[in-house]
Amino acid sequence: MSELKPRTNGNYPIFDDNDPQEELITLNLGPTHPATHGVFQNVLQVDGERIVSGVSTIGYIHRAFEKIAEHRPYYQITPLTDRLNYCSSPINNMGWHMTVEKLLSIEIPKRVQYMRVIIMELARIADHIICNGILGVDTGAFSGFLYVMQEREFIYEIFEEICGARLTTNIGRIGGFERDFNEIALNKIKQFVKRYPPVLTEFEELFNRNRIFIERTSGVACVDPETALGYSWSGPLLRATGVDYDVRANEPYSSYDEFDFDIPVGKRGDVYDRYMVRNEEMRQSIRIIEQAMQKLEKEPRGVFHADVPDFYLPPKEQVYNNMEALIYHFKIVMGEIDTPKAEVYHAVEGANGELGFYLISDGGRSPYRLHFRRPSFINYQMYAPMSRGMLLSDAIINMSSLNIIAGELDA
Amino acid sequence: MGKLDNTVLFQQLHLKFGDHVKKIDEPFGLLTIETVKDYIIDLLRFLKTDPQFQFIYLTDITAVHYPELERSIAVVYHLHSLVHNVRIRIKVFISGEQPEIPSATALWNGANWMERETYDFFGVQFIGHPDLRRILNVDDLPVFPMRKEYPLEDPNRVDKKDFFFGR
Repeated sequence: MSELKPRTNGNYPIFDDNDPQEELITLNLGPTHPATHGVFQNVLQVDGERIVSGVSTIGYIHRAFEKIAEHRPYYQITPLTDRLNYCSSPINNMGWHMTVEKLLSIEIPKRVQYMRVIIMELARIADHIICNGILGVDTGAFSGFLYVMQEREFIYEIFEEICGARLTTNIGRIGGFERDFNEIALNKIKQFVKRYPPVLTEFEELFNRNRIFIERTSGVACVDPETALGYSWSGPLLRATGVDYDVRANEPYSSYDEFDFDIPVGKRGDVYDRYMVRNEEMRQSIRIIEQAMQKLEKEPRGVFHADVPDFYLPPKEQVYNNMEALIYHFKIVMGEIDTPKAEVYHAVEGANGELGFYLISDGGRSPYRLHFRRPSFINYQMYAPMSRGMLLSDAIINMSSLNIIAGELDA
Repeated sequence: MGKLDNTVLFQQLHLKFGDHVKKIDEPFGLLTIETVKDYIIDLLRFLKTDPQFQFIYLTDITAVHYPELERSIAVVYHLHSLVHNVRIRIKVFISGEQPEIPSATALWNGANWMERETYDFFGVQFIGHPDLRRILNVDDLPVFPMRKEYPLEDPNRVDKKDFFFGR
């Protein structure tokens, strides 16, 4: 192997055709490549199978959500948050609702908080299923992916029952939910809690002690806690390095403090640890959903939103037949209601890490400034530096285990 | 470890930096302070390394544009002390015509892309940044799109004008 010396002009690797000693090859990994699971490009300089240097180029699906959000009323920003991490959009929706509710100081009924917890944990499971299933596919094991994919489909059916959509859900409204969970949805959640753990066990049996899987993942892309914190990693990636930082426990939102759950941590921060942490998180999510279902039954039925007529749209029948409802409907839709002037930072534990919303309100109907702290964006910046010296095949596995979602990366 | 109190935290910062650190507000329990660009790196380093605080986690860097202010760009830092579980928000107001501020990449590697994003959208020059170029927008974009004077879409379009409600 020749000396591993990166040659770049600052932006892109340099390939000198005239140099007879030249052995390095510039390789474009992406923008569209099956192994990258999204639209992002890495210009790599490789020496045989080994990566000498790399430069990440992102922004291929940048949609200027922060700029658009400055021109939209609060309730119209929810569909924008759907399209951040589209594998677990309910978490983004709930995070956004909670940010606005914090700004407006809306007290949310306990039942709604438990409903939100159920939705968010289902979304977390759906997201982790994708990540770990795809990780299996990338290491060459296809069947595990198909086993768990069926369960993800079931989660989407639950979402469909609750809000009518599957992927970009737009679940909930500011102040609660647009409608109550129906019986079919509740039954499906109960059914899911029972049927998922055995499937997950089966999935783990395929991988956890699988010789090929361990050799492909164990010891690959080890990250120590100091480096991970220096790069502001969060979520399962940070926890795999051994730091027990979870927003659900550190700053409990939506009554997470009432639930009994563990935060799994890894030791080496390699791909295998990330995989294990995600699997265990799915089990903990099931635990949380079980507890939330029990708590839900004790709460008065039929409560699905807070009593905030200034911000929560009245039912359509009342708009046609009732004067107050018509007035509130008009005021909300035409933006006649003032909001407090304040700055809010609210973070939720997204499937990839700390998903933060920094909202500045100037009293109008739309934000003065809205900034998304997107975990994928911040986690991904370590990818190129950490790929240095790695085998190309390991870099693919590493990217797969980072679970970078292009929508969240680019906003 | 007990929760770090915001008043104690601010008193300590005031002792160390005097009037260069000003308290703006404490919205929703999050202490917001203001400093000037000459002291920002010292302040960040102090917050990060002081054993009493240990704000080791850089949550976010972003900026806000206030066109009506004299120093119209505010660079906003969110730090998090994982030991005490306390957050702090630091604002630095800088000139809009010549926005320059020292880079925090010397303290956190993770500041790299956050500052690139801030440069990309607001044109803030982070002095000492190793690789300051656009990140989400195309390289040859002539404007900094998150500034308020930049319209969301072409303002001369008449087909979208709402003459009835004036929006």
